[in-house]
Amino acid sequence: MTYEAVIGLETHVQLRTRTKMWCGCANEYGAEANTNVCPVCIGLPGVLPVPNAEALRKTALTGMLLNCDVPSYAKWDRKNYFYPDNPKNYQLTQLDFPSTIEGFVEFEFGEGIERVRINRAHLEEDVGKSTHFSDYSGVDFNRAGVPLLEIVTEPDLTGPDMAYDYLNALKAILENGGVSDCDMEKGQVRCDVNISVRPVGQTDLGEKIEIKNMNSFSGVRRAAAYEIERQIGVLREGGTLVQETRRWDDVVGITENMRTKEDAHDYRYFPDPDLMPHTPSEGWIAEVRASVKELPLARKQRLIADFKLPSSDAVVFVGDAALGDYFEVATKGAKNPKAVANWVINNLQAKLSEIGSTVADVKFETSAIGELVGLVEGGKISSKIAQDVFAEMFESGKSPATIVEEKGLSQVCDTSELMVFCNEAIEANSVSVEDFRNGKEAALNFLKGQVMKASRGKANPKIVGELLKEILG
Amino acid sequence: MPHTLTISQLTDKLAQGELSSREATQSCLDRIDAVDGQLNAFLSHDPEDALTQADAADAARAAGKSRPLLGVPIAMKDVIAVNGHPLNCASKILGDFNSPYDATVTEKLREAGAVVFGRVNMDEFAMGSSTENSAFGPARNPWDSDCIPGGSSGGSAVAVAADECLASLGSDTGGSIRQPAALCGCVGLKPTYGRVSRYGLVAFASSLDQVGPLTKDVRDAATMLGVIAGEDKRDSTNVPEPVPDYIAALTGDVKGLKIGLPKEYQVDGIDPEVKSATEAAVAELEKHGAEVKEISLPHTQYAIATYYIIATAEASANLARFEGVRYGARVDGASPEKMNRATRGAGFGEEVKRRIILGTYVLSSGYYDAYYLRAQKVRTLIRQDFLNAFKEVDLIASPTTPTPAFKIGEKVDDPLQMYLSDIFTISCNLAGLCGISIPCGFSVSGLPLGLQLLGKPFGEPDLLRAAHAYEQATDWHTKRPEIS
Repeated sequence: MTYEAVIGLETHVQLRTRTKMWCGCANEYGAEANTNVCPVCIGLPGVLPVPNAEALRKTALTGMLLNCDVPSYAKWDRKNYFYPDNPKNYQLTQLDFPSTIEGFVEFEFGEGIERVRINRAHLEEDVGKSTHFSDYSGVDFNRAGVPLLEIVTEPDLTGPDMAYDYLNALKAILENGGVSDCDMEKGQVRCDVNISVRPVGQTDLGEKIEIKNMNSFSGVRRAAAYEIERQIGVLREGGTLVQETRRWDDVVGITENMRTKEDAHDYRYFPDPDLMPHTPSEGWIAEVRASVKELPLARKQRLIADFKLPSSDAVVFVGDAALGDYFEVATKGAKNPKAVANWVINNLQAKLSEIGSTVADVKFETSAIGELVGLVEGGKISSKIAQDVFAEMFESGKSPATIVEEKGLSQVCDTSELMVFCNEAIEANSVSVEDFRNGKEAALNFLKGQVMKASRGKANPKIVGELLKEILG
Repeated sequence: MPHTLTISQLTDKLAQGELSSREATQSCLDRIDAVDGQLNAFLSHDPEDALTQADAADAARAAGKSRPLLGVPIAMKDVIAVNGHPLNCASKILGDFNSPYDATVTEKLREAGAVVFGRVNMDEFAMGSSTENSAFGPARNPWDSDCIPGGSSGGSAVAVAADECLASLGSDTGGSIRQPAALCGCVGLKPTYGRVSRYGLVAFASSLDQVGPLTKDVRDAATMLGVIAGEDKRDSTNVPEPVPDYIAALTGDVKGLKIGLPKEYQVDGIDPEVKSATEAAVAELEKHGAEVKEISLPHTQYAIATYYIIATAEASANLARFEGVRYGARVDGASPEKMNRATRGAGFGEEVKRRIILGTYVLSSGYYDAYYLRAQKVRTLIRQDFLNAFKEVDLIASPTTPTPAFKIGEKVDDPLQMYLSDIFTISCNLAGLCGISIPCGFSVSGLPLGLQLLGKPFGEPDLLRAAHAYEQATDWHTKRPEIS
């Protein structure tokens, strides 16, 4: 019998906000333990939560990026469980009326585009972080109360690679949309993976097994691959699977039982009486919608279609949205967008990373690269000279035309002027002249190079070639 | 004897320079020394801190400042956070915890110039009707020290009735201000839900709790409410309704005011003395021009059951934070879970444990719909009953309690009997209304009796107006216990 896997993902993503979800403490990674804390986020007696407007906005924005609806009513629930890193011993989350529902993510997988349905993206609060020492444990509450989005897919993923590509696409969407930094190193993204297997052709789902708290996408891929094999193995050997929660041991590369259904928590959810429901107005929703950015995949497709860019260039511009934005402005009115893309990727990006700067700090006008391309294509300067002009532009911010003018870099096309350089080169390099006459075409390039050198790069190489052939032929 | 004054009397004397805040505060401190050994209203107080505040108030007044409570000593229920002072909720579980912040009401009292002093006794975590559930021993009724003072704000009521302070703050979840006020013979006001910030009030049942004043007369209640009411961005359940001038509402005139008497409140078990005192009080209001009519609150019989489901459910989560990890009296254990169990087992009293267990049960998987969800629906019906009634009347009158104060120990073994003593006060919290208890007489054995008036949401002006008019016509509120 052949089996197939069914995978659903719950991805926890920390929102990028200035402050925490319920208090004014900084939402900041890496501070000294228990310094970004206050009575509210460590759950002192008497405190109350106040919703962070920026987190609510970014939650709705995320929903829109994931093609979700943003209902006009959302509420908060208490999820009760005792754990030392959970300051109130209940976590505020959204059980049955989440802030966003029913969307989808489209992403490239293999040769095509896949669509995974999103059940919901709901807002909750992160908990503290426990550290275990030799004979005691400590909790750092800096992370407690950081706004955390839980993005839940429908069971639409069919394999580990698809899960992996979905996660990368999701990360790109959230980063590009400005809602999260998705820094895996800082634990800003954590995944729970739900996996079941069933015989191909069966429509009912198999027993769901959850792997908790994975903090890398490659870990998700490996764990899913292992778990699918394991589950199929159990069924093949005539065993049965029961609903359970497992943990992934990344070092050994196996999953192991954490708890089965019988000892699952009863979280005793109930509506939080300290918070009012969130009832966004149409105006508010429209305002958030206005800040929705184009999705990475859509942008890639558009860059390829509109500017005839190769996929590799489009990927660069999607991956570095600011650079992509720069390109789109710089190429306005330019006849050859591909040439502009080359300059932006090969020269501008290289220069910027060399000095650790960003496109925001570029001194020259955004139209300058298009002008530079125009000068080269119009035969006004050689591409070699163009490199020098670009360097000067980058330094001084002057326009390419000004630089060419000031430094007298215009290409020499006047044959009588070029003839002088050609004759000099022929006289000074008799060996090459001999070689050429004996049929070595490469010798002509050497002579051409000498002319270019003598003209300090300004000679029009095409005309020089023709002249040399004429003289020597 | 400045401690026997009302707030308005004291502020007049302070304004005229007849008295200083230091003298008034010292007078309260002396009174505490004299009587509190017997009454146990104060769990702790810091005389030096109180006198420092009093001196600051005197200096401010000398500098020409005038604020509504400038130099007035106010005692705080041990469930309201005061920066740098103990916050025990009359429980062992908080150990030597001191609050590192001020509650919003504390801030507001300070801004109004009050001398905020003392931690007054209560039922542990505000759970109880007698102050017998305090981990630090019961407070005693100043009219008869064998009797309970009511609860949970028992200490707040005793401290006012025994003139140990000028006024106090309490909290009311199901009657915890009004019931002890009635049993001790002072005025207790529960504001509309959302009227006063809950920030810094240790939550018992978040959707029911409100902070309110206990005072010697209605005018003082109006003054105190004017100070503590108002918008607070730190409490999302706070309603940004403008705060009216409550003193201006005290016109003494109740002509045309419609007062409803719920027929469902004519229940068995009401003490005949309580009944006749209430009837006499309503007749007095009628005499002054109020119109009295019978009304119906059809879901009244479900109020206590509804309350004990919702309140305990919320409490079971609210009290989860007390487990010894971050603060409080930790009892060590071999694992976090064992530490939690040991800490909570040793730290909580019986009634608190009973309510946490009840609340945990009603929220449990499989029981939620039958208990919590249904209780919420009934709560909506109860609120609807009141809103319907308030289409016909301005206020609703009833006894505050079915009986005068009972003996200490009389009901401790019968929690259900104890819960029934809240029968007239509980619906007000479920419906989110405002309510007040004012002295309306004495039992033959000399125990105070209280009249409860309930008002519509944000109807405090009408409530205070009627209570004040009644007070003007009677002298019950001027009676003071003889403390032997």
